[in-house]
Amino acid sequence: MSLLDTPLELDPQVALRPEPFGALAYHYGTRRLVFMKHTDVVEVARQLDRHPSLSATLQACGIAEARWPSFAKAFASLNESEIVRERRDVG
Amino acid sequence: MAVRDKYARTMETEEIVETEVDEAVEEELLIEEISIDGMCGVY
Amino acid sequence: MSAATLVEQLKRGLDAPICLTWELTYACNLQCVHCLSSSGRRDPAELSTAEAKQVLDELRDLQVFYINIGGGEPMVRRDFFEIVEYAIGNGIGVKFSTNGTYIDAANARRLAAMDYLDIQISLDGIDAATNDAVRGAGSYAAARRAMDHLAAADFGPFKISVVVTRHNVDQLDQFKELADSYGAQLRITRLRPSGRGADTWHQLHPTNAQQRQIYEWLLAKGDTVLTGDSFFHLNALGEPLPGLNMCGAGRVVCLIDPVGDVYACPFVIHDEFKAGSVRDVGGFAHVWKHSDLFIELRQPQSAGACASCGSYDACQGGCMAAKFFTGLPLDGPDPECVNGHADTALGSVRVDLTPRPSLDHSRPSRTLSLAKH
Repeated sequence: MSLLDTPLELDPQVALRPEPFGALAYHYGTRRLVFMKHTDVVEVARQLDRHPSLSATLQACGIAEARWPSFAKAFASLNESEIVRERRDVG
Repeated sequence: MAVRDKYARTMETEEIVETEVDEAVEEELLIEEISIDGMCGVY
Repeated sequence: MSAATLVEQLKRGLDAPICLTWELTYACNLQCVHCLSSSGRRDPAELSTAEAKQVLDELRDLQVFYINIGGGEPMVRRDFFEIVEYAIGNGIGVKFSTNGTYIDAANARRLAAMDYLDIQISLDGIDAATNDAVRGAGSYAAARRAMDHLAAADFGPFKISVVVTRHNVDQLDQFKELADSYGAQLRITRLRPSGRGADTWHQLHPTNAQQRQIYEWLLAKGDTVLTGDSFFHLNALGEPLPGLNMCGAGRVVCLIDPVGDVYACPFVIHDEFKAGSVRDVGGFAHVWKHSDLFIELRQPQSAGACASCGSYDACQGGCMAAKFFTGLPLDGPDPECVNGHADTALGSVRVDLTPRPSLDHSRPSRTLSLAKH
């Protein structure tokens, strides 16, 4: 199942600190620090848990479909960094 | 878009799909991880 | 972020530090010859427990996620655990740097029970002979005891932090083995001529050949060895080392000293690099955002005398603390410039005009002095 079809959420141990260019994401458990370098990524990250999949979130945030592959890669990277994770309890 | 055109014109050898180039440009920009120990000036 | 890379953004400074160093006290039970903070005796004006908590409240509000606590020896403070627990309770992760003397079995268990806490144990030699020559008799044993207690208490991975000197550079592999044996992370950092280091830097700092040795070793180790990004001046030798490879002082990091003074970083405890005080109106946040020093550091820096050198993009002109305390101009090469561009200048530095650390909390009857090797 592609990440685009996966329900995601911000890891509960992650804090997001807005920056002028995007946000700083910090995982308290792993000490991993990630810069989200565009406010669009931040908005999508914040809304993940309200939607049944990453693609639904991208749609809701008005991200043009041409950009979806790069957002998928970005969120795959965030998934690997444990900043986001798969959501189990999809309603 | 201006960026797409610029890359399409300067491509020399292989045919490169515009969206892939766009992705490459976007991907570089979206996420960057740094180490909490990777900043000079702390213990 | 279209035009600027992340590093370029960070050089302009952020609205809050990413992390910072907080020296809790100038008191220390050791008298290491190279101590960057010239520690030994407590300062009578050190922040009270209440003041310390106010600082932590500010850091929480600024969303500083992680702080590095040190000193002197931070565990000497009677309110050490109270401060650390207050930080963690307010969502601020803590790493503290210690010589390990006060990590006994009970404290190790107490620390192991805490979340969001990292510990960094200082060690500058793979055996007592090498280590104690710099850190004092018994310091190697104390550090190893602390590590054993942490292991026995199942603390998990701690860090072993080594200041690389002329005398331990050949021990890097053994340091790695030691760290591996504990499941710990090895961290090696650059010696700066700061604090008491100003007096011993010329005898202790690695030679040019040894710098290349350090660089090659770090390249081979990749991300498995931490460096605190302190070796970016070596990037002039080739492929850049992992890290931001930039001076973070006043831009993404800073120091809060035991009396609440804010400096650009722990290696420049000198009036020239003092930004203000947490006791000033507006507290830490005001100093971070509005001090003249930090605003100046966040301007684009000129390459100065390094402009004609092809390595400047890689090495950034090195470390301002290293330049300042060896009497070199800040807009020129680092004293350890791998291309040798500082050699002539170093030879003609006026020792009497070289800046001295502004504060000295060393204990007067210092028995440890640098033995001849």
